[in-house]
Amino acid sequence: MSDNNVVSTVEAPDVPSEGKLSSLAGDAWLELRSRKIFWIAAVLVVVILLMALWPSLFTSADPRDCVLARKHAGAGGGALFGYDFQGCDVYAKTVYGARDSLLVGISATLIAGLIGLVVGLLAGYFGGWLDALLSRFVDVVLAIPFLLGAIVLAKRLASDPESNGLFAVIVTLGVLGWTTAARVMRSAVISAKNQDYVTAARMLGASPARLMLRHILPNSISPFIVVLTVLLGINIAGEATLSYLGVGLKGDAISWGLAIAEAGPYARTVAAPLVWPSIFLAATVLAFIMLGDAVRDAFDPKLR
Amino acid sequence: MFRYIVRRLLQMVLTFFGATFVVYALMFANVDDPYQVLAGERSLTESQRTGLNARYHLDDGFFTQYWHYVKGLLTGDLGQSLTGRPISEMLSQAWPVTIRLALFAIVIAAVVAVGAGVLSGIRRGGAFDTVTLVLTLVVLAMPIVVLAPLAQLVFGIQLGWFPPTATRDANLYQLLLPALVLGTLVVATELRVTRSSVAENLRADYVRTARAKGLAPKRVIGVHVLRNSLIPVITLIGVDIGALMSGAVVTEGVFNIPGVGFNLFRGIRTEDGPLVVGFVSVLVIVFLVINLIVDLLYAVLDPRIRYE
Repeated sequence: MSDNNVVSTVEAPDVPSEGKLSSLAGDAWLELRSRKIFWIAAVLVVVILLMALWPSLFTSADPRDCVLARKHAGAGGGALFGYDFQGCDVYAKTVYGARDSLLVGISATLIAGLIGLVVGLLAGYFGGWLDALLSRFVDVVLAIPFLLGAIVLAKRLASDPESNGLFAVIVTLGVLGWTTAARVMRSAVISAKNQDYVTAARMLGASPARLMLRHILPNSISPFIVVLTVLLGINIAGEATLSYLGVGLKGDAISWGLAIAEAGPYARTVAAPLVWPSIFLAATVLAFIMLGDAVRDAFDPKLR
Repeated sequence: MFRYIVRRLLQMVLTFFGATFVVYALMFANVDDPYQVLAGERSLTESQRTGLNARYHLDDGFFTQYWHYVKGLLTGDLGQSLTGRPISEMLSQAWPVTIRLALFAIVIAAVVAVGAGVLSGIRRGGAFDTVTLVLTLVVLAMPIVVLAPLAQLVFGIQLGWFPPTATRDANLYQLLLPALVLGTLVVATELRVTRSSVAENLRADYVRTARAKGLAPKRVIGVHVLRNSLIPVITLIGVDIGALMSGAVVTEGVFNIPGVGFNLFRGIRTEDGPLVVGFVSVLVIVFLVINLIVDLLYAVLDPRIRYE
């Protein structure tokens, strides 16, 4: 992927000639604009966001309007993809599945991002024993394979039979997924804190909090953002996996993972209820991972 | 070397206690009714409660409980599942098939990743390289919950090329489809790392020297470059084992392979808490040990690592 950039560097120099200041973000945006993969990912993300916010734009059917008489009926009568084993409209269910997927993905990523930001910033800025302690803690969390830890935590959080598991899944993915973000933040902070502008600000009497938030953070945040974009994709896949296993969303929740799990045993008879949620899920995860990949290439000056 | 091994072992002991503590705390810290956490939504008989108490010492303080749990882990006593079977016996029955599946997946992934990675590393920016990179992106984005049921549907049921399920003493052919699915989890990263490390090594001085000596290009790539490019790939395999374990839960569940993942899958479905905690703890320990071995191997392969 990164090799396509050779072509796009040719266009980059026209910014300074217009007399504008060329910031890292500005350069990256110019770089991104010329990448096909970025636009494909961006369009996919916008469509999925629309689907999550206003599912009724895409379908007028009610995903919870299930009639057993229509069990496994084929496509037709408004149901594009036919009906599943409970007689629910597969297309409507798939469209409505986007909402919880994104809700879980975004909330979990925000939680993980917040933990990663605080841990990485503190460990990187203060160093010494605090860094040693926090880094060891990251090692310990990394020693637990992600899904295995998630299964244990989600199972425990989901023991309340009343809830539909939304909160449990968000907390599980957020609490276990911050390690990479913290590591990336830490190393970015370490390389930023010895720069001259930070020393200058310190000389002027800036407090540690001001140094961290006003000077170091803005200059070390871009690799962190990239990690979060990819993490968003991973978390969406994680929600589907946990729901598939039976420790994620449950009850009357609509989720692609649940739909895949339910359709599995009937796949021999009717494939559509299995295939469509799978495609939507894979496309969503792909969109976010592609976005992260394109943004990383754009922000990494070495690759240009 | 000796000092490195000792330091790495000490680190591992620390991580062991940390990781098992986290797993245990995730399950039991601050719970109102720990029995119900273990049993989920199903109701417990009085004798099951007594059994769980004997096993987990749920009446004692949290640290005493943790101590009993670690002692059980270290002595191989994992207690009984809610169905009454000893968990260690279930594990020993389930291991062989999972190990075979995982090894098979690792071999397939490594062969594909190194082969394609070297080719695209040599011709960076070429057509093969571009196609491979797009493909790795697609593979990276395919969650195993999507891939496993779809592969079973298409190749197992509709095309009928592979058996859609496998038994305990499955042969390699029966395990091929699940192993391919499992291998996709790790093949993309391995390929990318091979590619970039080959591309980097091709620019190194020793490669120029080898070429200047008049060695055949095949020998330069096959011996000199490959050997040095594989070092980072080998470390990756250690991390990959963790991904494979997670992936095995879904893959074995879908393909009905009676391995460790399948038992865990069934344990989650039937709300069998002791089984889940026991299996997860053992898997975490296996993961730690494999990572230790890979790290030591790394130090043997790359002398620079010992001097840090």
